[in-house]
Amino acid sequence: MTTLVDKVWDSHVVDHRDEDDLLYVDLHLMHEATSPQAFDGLRLAGRAVRRPDLTLAVEDHNVPTTSLLVTDPRGRAQLERLRANCAAHGIELLRLGDARQGIVHVVAPELGLVQPGMSVVCGDSHTSTLGAFGALAFGTGTSDVEHVLATQTIALRRPRTMAVEFTGERPPDVTAKDLALAFITAIGANGAHGHVLEYRGDAVTGLSMEGRMTLCNMTIEAGARAGLVAPDETTFAYLAGRPHAPRGEVWERALARWRTLPTDSPTFDRTVTVDVAGLTPFVTWGTNPGQSVPLDGRVPDPTAFADPSARAAGTRALAYMGLEPGVRMRELDIDTVFVGSCTNGRLEDLRAAADVLRGRTVASSVRMLVVPGSSDVRQRAEAEGLDEVFVRAGAQWRLSGCSMCLGMNPDRLHGSERVASTSNRNYEGRQGDRARTHLVSPAVAAATAVAGRLAAPSEL
Amino acid sequence: MPVQLTAHTGRVVPLRRSDVDTDQIIPAEFCKELTKTGYAKGLFAHWRARGGFVLDDPARAGASILVAGRNFGTGSSREHAVWALRDWGFAAVVAVDYGDIFLRNALKNGLLAVALDEGSVAELADRAEADPAFELTVDLEGREVRAPGFRRSFRIDDRARWLLLNGLDDIAVTLGRDDRIRAYEQARPDWLPVVGR
Ligand code: SF4
Repeated sequence: MTTLVDKVWDSHVVDHRDEDDLLYVDLHLMHEATSPQAFDGLRLAGRAVRRPDLTLAVEDHNVPTTSLLVTDPRGRAQLERLRANCAAHGIELLRLGDARQGIVHVVAPELGLVQPGMSVVCGDSHTSTLGAFGALAFGTGTSDVEHVLATQTIALRRPRTMAVEFTGERPPDVTAKDLALAFITAIGANGAHGHVLEYRGDAVTGLSMEGRMTLCNMTIEAGARAGLVAPDETTFAYLAGRPHAPRGEVWERALARWRTLPTDSPTFDRTVTVDVAGLTPFVTWGTNPGQSVPLDGRVPDPTAFADPSARAAGTRALAYMGLEPGVRMRELDIDTVFVGSCTNGRLEDLRAAADVLRGRTVASSVRMLVVPGSSDVRQRAEAEGLDEVFVRAGAQWRLSGCSMCLGMNPDRLHGSERVASTSNRNYEGRQGDRARTHLVSPAVAAATAVAGRLAAPSEL
Repeated sequence: MPVQLTAHTGRVVPLRRSDVDTDQIIPAEFCKELTKTGYAKGLFAHWRARGGFVLDDPARAGASILVAGRNFGTGSSREHAVWALRDWGFAAVVAVDYGDIFLRNALKNGLLAVALDEGSVAELADRAEADPAFELTVDLEGREVRAPGFRRSFRIDDRARWLLLNGLDDIAVTLGRDDRIRAYEQARPDWLPVVGR
């Protein structure tokens, strides 16, 4: 009788020491940008990879999205190093060009590698995405990547638990992205620090697996380590038949165990409630995801904030974003629209954007990139004809990768361009040195591309 | 490689900002390396490029303790943020609190990231701003931050502290419990996925 988080945690404890638990890692994911130094560490110490069979590597951060040719020498060096390290240690690698390649957090679920009750670690903060399956999934730095490679474990102090209850009925135009932005804004960019979250309530169970992944993806933006959704029929239906999902009699036994995972005694250290009935689509105005307002709203006046630290941060953010208090969000002209990333680069997201764009055109002042989160998403989207919708509307249809989510590959913003982005971070310089980012859902991104300014689909 | 530490004394760079994310500490374009060193040029690169940034104040040259605000090191898991601070010459950070992953990364690399209450951090920033020669001691062994007329104890993860004080290799310590790991592995359910099969 305990919570989902506690059940998953308890079932992975290998050993205790003082306040720390040594947890077993069921799946270790990696990408090219945060792993080379970990392999070097192993080499220097003469250590082996303990469980290459529980490790999967993907090329995503540096990859270009216009062709398979990596022209940037430093990006190529990271990819080549990953290839060499995986070959040397017998680790499966999904290379650029592989039909299964994509953003690591998009690819692992597609393959059925993330299942309820598992522990998953990756040298990337958005590993929290995978909590959508009722798995304990969190990001680490490179030292921990090395530790997991060598030992298949990680030493952690048991986190506090927080229930995030979304109450009320979710209006049809409110997406998982809006739930995430509303929650982070309510609690603050570090408001869930030290906690592992469980997202609860009908508005959450009513989400598809894609929507749950979007919500869990943004968990890290609230400062929490991980965020989970209890597994249910939606989860099981998603998993059934995936390449790595169990089959036959084994599936039945796994399913019996998965059904025991949901919280049966809500003994959370903290509970936060968000009423979704009155929500409308959200958009960020500032430089962290906790600085957002309804799309109908106005740029706030930070000098009116009670908290001095928030006041200073808000003032700085407005200066960076080139905004004045009181301006209506809908009046902000946008230069670039980016649909993609591990937050909103799945098939459902592309469908939502395509539904808005069908029969419409991207404003001539706007450059729009649509970047599928994986090669599988790309192929499925093409099978449905979504690529044609995008191209006919005047958007660019790209190959899969992290793309414009971070300024690491050729997809960067120039100067102080203003972008409506379906990614997860509106930090200063995240998408290019002076780029001004407004985080939105895919439907709002698409409507914005048509209007040339921040807009909701209902306005078109 | 394991680091052994007991305390650090140095001058201060006061950075009066909250929510300093690791994309600010080191932008992604500087993370395309294969090494753990060579990141000093990327440290706060976007802010420094705009001029007038406190790090480039000649009076702060050689300072080795960064005093920041709330939620320092939030965001991306990139350990490059810690490597860049270390490469620049920082040995310690004093802030109100930290992004979880950053804090772990810092302590794993021997960057003494410690947390004090908001008032104490503001007092340190005031004093450092008033006097560039102001010196601070971050004492890991005694779990306190000291300066003339200033003494505050801090909380720190016990395991991280123990590893640093003894200069222990985290991975070697864990491998010392290999029997437990093996026993756990043998009892894992058979439906759990195996990659590449
Ligand atoms: S899409 Fe963005 S957030 Fe997701 S893994 Fe790539 S860089 Fe990180």
